[in-house]
Amino acid sequence: MNFLRKIFSETGKFVEKGKPLSWAYPLWEAADTIFFSTNKQTSSGPHIRDNMDIKRTMFFVVIALIPCYIFGAYNIGYLNSLALGVEKGIIGNTIFGLSYVLPILIITFIAGAICEITFAIVRKHEVNEGFLVSCALIPLTMPPDVPLWQVFVGTSFGIIIGKEIFGGVGTNIFNPALTSRAFMYFAFPTKISGDKVWAVGPDGYTGATALAVPANPAEYDTASNLYANISQFDYSNLNLFWGLIPGSIGETNKLLILLGAIFLIYCGIASWRIMVSCVIGLVFTAVLFNLLSMLTVEGILESGGTPNAMLTITPLQHILLGSFLFGTVFMATEPVTSSHTNTGRWIYGFLIGVLTVIIRSINPAYPEGVFLAILIMNMFAPLIDYYVVQSNIKMRLSRNAQ
Amino acid sequence: MELFNSESKKIISDPINVNNPISLQVLGICSALAVTIRLDQAIIMTLAVIFVLCSSNVILSLIRNYIPNRVRIVIMLSVIASLVSVVDELLKAYLYDMSKQLSVFVGLIITNCIIMGRAEAFALKNGPSKAFLDGIGNGFGYGLIIIIVSFFRELFGAGTITLPDGGAGYVLWRIPESWYAAGYENVGLLVLSPGAFIILGLVIWVQREMAGVEEDA
Repeated sequence: MNFLRKIFSETGKFVEKGKPLSWAYPLWEAADTIFFSTNKQTSSGPHIRDNMDIKRTMFFVVIALIPCYIFGAYNIGYLNSLALGVEKGIIGNTIFGLSYVLPILIITFIAGAICEITFAIVRKHEVNEGFLVSCALIPLTMPPDVPLWQVFVGTSFGIIIGKEIFGGVGTNIFNPALTSRAFMYFAFPTKISGDKVWAVGPDGYTGATALAVPANPAEYDTASNLYANISQFDYSNLNLFWGLIPGSIGETNKLLILLGAIFLIYCGIASWRIMVSCVIGLVFTAVLFNLLSMLTVEGILESGGTPNAMLTITPLQHILLGSFLFGTVFMATEPVTSSHTNTGRWIYGFLIGVLTVIIRSINPAYPEGVFLAILIMNMFAPLIDYYVVQSNIKMRLSRNAQ
Repeated sequence: MELFNSESKKIISDPINVNNPISLQVLGICSALAVTIRLDQAIIMTLAVIFVLCSSNVILSLIRNYIPNRVRIVIMLSVIASLVSVVDELLKAYLYDMSKQLSVFVGLIITNCIIMGRAEAFALKNGPSKAFLDGIGNGFGYGLIIIIVSFFRELFGAGTITLPDGGAGYVLWRIPESWYAAGYENVGLLVLSPGAFIILGLVIWVQREMAGVEEDA
């Protein structure tokens, strides 16, 4: 440790104010604080005596994401073996998958680091580690063989437009990782949506995500029956939970996401209120739609129309399908862009759940709606907070006035 | 009055740079978003706006002493609307394809805030020659921004650069097929309206940074 301290003290002299290399101070500071705690002290209140600074918080989120990466890699290999009809074994599958995951991850981090460091140097502030989490999240929302240059463009867009133009970490309105996902979804639709991109197979191999099945059925049936009739993948509830299905890299295994959720709640990083209220909102709307479907389906069939099979997805399936859990645990709970008041968190999460089902079921264009739902609610989070605070003030005023 | 003394230079250069109608006053955004899908549309639109803006400024400035204050908006609108009808008819007569592509947006020049704004803020208070210069300056300020926006939208959204000619546009440059074969893809987002918002926002950012304008929080 003394040796390291010496290196940093020596090199620190070159980046002091007034020296020719002083523009590189943010870089030096970032490297220094990875190994040593800062010796800066807060001079004015409030003082929080806790060693969970931004850097440690961010590292915990990244730790919670690592299992999702490993399983994602294994799943890519597994689906490829399934498509080709060969047996690679667990190790072989994981290595095959890593050859897809690692390039995406590396490109994301390069793009993120370039944007973050450029802005740190121009604005003369310290490199902020927020981009590490954004960059760790972005590959998990991607299909396996997305072109790497598109990942680069998407990540830069997410970091710059989603975060830096609002002033950097802590002042952004939208979740940067979701901003880049949304950008890529609308900018390069052929490479990030549809049936061909979710599983790596021979040319022209199609593997629809579970949500696309009831979105475009050949003939109307309830979602459960449609899933039971598919022989290509096992879409039973149990396998939806285990995640050996096509999908974005990190979204498929629900067990690891739940473990991540418990870890984040235990460390006090993510808000359990948001997660619980997201699920409540989703279940509420899904039940409502199931009832609607039960009431109307016969009438529609009699008059010769095609009923919407998405309305028949059960609440449990909604939870297990797509990236709902992943988005709820890792995206919706992001401390900066979510609501900050506890009452606000309940409203915010509930509406994310409601919007997710509405976008999934009623909008024919987008089978998956979690990322749009979270972005919309990101936009409204400050408004929700404002009204919660105002109503609290009014309540206390009226109490004291009596 | 000398034509190019420092004051008249300022009247022309200010709206192009430090007081740009789009990027600093944020006026005329609707047409900036609507006609910037292709470069040739933006160029023709710019010419139309410059013509209407200069003529309306000069006409209103000439009759400014005879306009009763209470009905000035009606008079301004009737002058602008007549000029826009002239432009619309001219486009239909000589550039029919372009007029079909621009469709209602030529007619909507009437409601372009820049033209009403310059008439109200400048032409009614200054002489015709200054008003003419002000029209030129604001017209080019408007045109500069929408031409930049449409250049990027067309290049990255559709993969072409189109210049106006008599018909459907002359394609100056097209992204070669070999690029697409190598994995390049057009950014579909830029063809949609949100893409125009994003590009316009970035242009405003760069322009304000260059002009050194800061807004109070």
